Amino acid sequence: MKIPHIRFEKRLETPRWLPAVSLLVALLLAMLTIGIIFLALGVNPLVAFQRIFRGGFGSVFGLKETITKTIPLLLTGVGLTLAFKGRMYNIGAEGQLLMGAIFATGVARFLPGLPAIVMIPVLFLAGFVGGALWAVIPAFLKTRFRVDEVLTSLMLVYVASEAVKFLVYGPWRGTDTRGFPITDEFPAAAQIPQLAASRIHYPTLIVAVLLAILVYLLLKRTKLGYEIRVTGENPAAAHYAGMNYHKIAMLVMVISGGLAGLAGMGEVAGIHYRLRPPDSISPGYGFTAIIVAWLARLNPLAAILTSFLLGGLLVGGDAIQIALNLPAATVQIFNGVILFFVIASELFNQYRIRLEV
Amino acid sequence: MTIDLPEGNNTIVMHGIVKRFPGVVANDGANLTVRKGEIHALLGENGAGKTTLMNILYGIYQQDEGEIWVDGELTHIHSPNDAIQLGIGMVHQHYRLVQNHSVTENVILGLKEKFFFPTKEARKRIVALASQYGMKIDPDARIWQLSAGEQQRVEILKAIYRGAKILIMDEPTSMLTPGETEELLHILRRMTEEGNTVIFITHKLEEVIEASDRVTVLRGGKVIATLDTNTTNERELAQLMVGRDVLFKLDKQVVETGEVVLGVDDLCVTSDKGLPAVVDLSLRVCAGEIYGIAGVSGNGQRELVEAITGLRLCSQGKVTVNGVDITQKTPKTRIQHGVFFVPGERWMALIPNMSVADNLILKNYEQTPIGRGMLLDGAAVADYADGLIKQYAIVTPGRDTPIKMLSGGNIQRALLAREISGCCSLLIVVQPTSGLDVGATETIWQLLLAERERGTAILLISDDLKETLSLSDRVGVIFEGRIMGEFPVDEADIDQISLMMAGSLRLPPQPVAAAGGQA
Repeated sequence: MKIPHIRFEKRLETPRWLPAVSLLVALLLAMLTIGIIFLALGVNPLVAFQRIFRGGFGSVFGLKETITKTIPLLLTGVGLTLAFKGRMYNIGAEGQLLMGAIFATGVARFLPGLPAIVMIPVLFLAGFVGGALWAVIPAFLKTRFRVDEVLTSLMLVYVASEAVKFLVYGPWRGTDTRGFPITDEFPAAAQIPQLAASRIHYPTLIVAVLLAILVYLLLKRTKLGYEIRVTGENPAAAHYAGMNYHKIAMLVMVISGGLAGLAGMGEVAGIHYRLRPPDSISPGYGFTAIIVAWLARLNPLAAILTSFLLGGLLVGGDAIQIALNLPAATVQIFNGVILFFVIASELFNQYRIRLEV
Repeated sequence: MTIDLPEGNNTIVMHGIVKRFPGVVANDGANLTVRKGEIHALLGENGAGKTTLMNILYGIYQQDEGEIWVDGELTHIHSPNDAIQLGIGMVHQHYRLVQNHSVTENVILGLKEKFFFPTKEARKRIVALASQYGMKIDPDARIWQLSAGEQQRVEILKAIYRGAKILIMDEPTSMLTPGETEELLHILRRMTEEGNTVIFITHKLEEVIEASDRVTVLRGGKVIATLDTNTTNERELAQLMVGRDVLFKLDKQVVETGEVVLGVDDLCVTSDKGLPAVVDLSLRVCAGEIYGIAGVSGNGQRELVEAITGLRLCSQGKVTVNGVDITQKTPKTRIQHGVFFVPGERWMALIPNMSVADNLILKNYEQTPIGRGMLLDGAAVADYADGLIKQYAIVTPGRDTPIKMLSGGNIQRALLAREISGCCSLLIVVQPTSGLDVGATETIWQLLLAERERGTAILLISDDLKETLSLSDRVGVIFEGRIMGEFPVDEADIDQISLMMAGSLRLPPQPVAAAGGQA
């Protein structure tokens, strides 16, 4: 019996419509797969999808929450578009986010007397520095010893997570917290203002949107952005043109880590006003942001849209957890499945598939 | 279509094989006949289509046209599995072994043997096969412990173990020391004595003479000749390999050569494998002069160029440009000193997914008006790109089209446009017209000659002897990293060059001053 062969042929050119179509098909297939999982859990998938949508986008409360979650996703996602463009696979944004939270908490704790007008900018700076420092480690190991940044950045997530736990259970545990593993509340000057009747800490949101535009301009309009694009697309050509790979690798990691750090700062200084155990600071924003970046096809402006979508998905996921009594991991499965299909769909943009008997 | 029925002792007949890749015809009606029990050499330059032809025979590619007969039967080989069924085995240039596994495990990997892995019987059979063909090998050694020659024996054992009667070897000696090469040839002899057939791909002439019974020469995807080895010699093979067409008559202006621009002194460079690739090489290229390096590819040309452009470290010697020592400088500094470079592998110098404009500014994006402070001036980029597109007649839908969408000739023209327009003192061009049609070749040549008239020093490296002789003012012949002789192009004698390319003739080096021709 002859078994048909599947052959992959590299496309000479990708038709303009193809990326959009393959993305759409990927999302549909992801929904289908998730639908099967819902069925297996004994839930009507149509009901589940409708609940998710309604939870995230169907009410004012839902929208407010969605925007709240958009903030960290956008900040981190924008940083990741830059890193991925430069071919630095920073998978550890979650760790950088937590370090940003630690640094911001440090500022609130050790510089309590600052007025808000000084305090808020210092908080932003501290968040950026914390995340950037955490990203410098994999960048240094990569450029100096050629250690794979995927592994190092990912492993540092757990280090950062343990560091947060150490601080909230240990030296930084609050005095008025009735034994809960959280720090004392930040001084009022270190609390980023929120929009009325919501948890939207709008200064962070504005900064996030501005940064999305800035990173877009950096990539499109600056010499550095050009170097990043060339290095990411063809490292051999970058070397040939005399570009400094070490400098570029370091820079994209610093920026992407810094933006993740800002996201972490926003969570503690804009929502919780305390450092808390890692799970309650971030339900994996750093990982979800990877999907934000890929869904946006590494375009920082498009990340504004995709972070909003993914934010809605997180809120909707919370809603069905409660309404349909589903396990908490459901949303993470959802995210994983989407990422899987979106990345896989990239193959079809570059290759033509042929069946041969 | 009718075909002469294969003769009785022909084990493989490939007839009219055509294989096209996007933009290239790799095999253009190639015919190959291999007799049972012989060692058959496939000789040709890089890109002549040798490996493609063998990959078709081994089922890695399928031919677009043509027929393959194995032992008198018309066959369709869809995959390496089909080839193995027919008794064809292949040893690739780069071995495909699992480094942490033992020899036995590697040999039987992928076979549907017993559940337990590896079995005692397998080990026994491997030992028996190895001694049958005079191979020294420890079946329990791990691959990483073995030398390149030993690893190759494991690959050969893999093929024989699967019942190969016809063994294809792709550049089998490229990774071997001379001693190991000797041993390999011995093993191949033993195999043919037992009635097996060996086809080996090479571009080394002396190996063909030493080891093969018959030789087929390929050039540009076509078979040029099949000869009995004992009726030919290295010189004839070299001529067949590089072609002996009439030289193009180019309208070459007389250009007064100026000062020495590129000086290379006693340069030594090692290859990726850590072997010496360039040995004590010295040469001079003057302003307004094209210096051509002729030679069979793989004789150190690549390493020489990479050492001059700073992409590879040199272990000894000196490189100067306009009298400035740049031996230890970074690629960027060398570009600033006016070293521009069109590499043979185009995609090493271009970014396929980026636009024509973005590709055209790769070397001068930091200079005003394109780069201003930290910014890239979009309008200046557009102006600059449009200017080059017009000046060099690059055919493209627009400056924002990804460069990979252009035709081969236009991609090369864009690359050349960028390097020439940025260039001020030294231009290095490698295989400037490989894969291009006659018209595109012509324009590229005109561009190079115009640049020469402007007083640029040009170092030209090409596999195409015709091209080298047509364009150059002086020619140096390279063999195993040494210049075997250099002479003004009007004194070039093809017979002498062939001998030098084959390593059988070396002229005493000429005094540098006379060679430079400068005042």
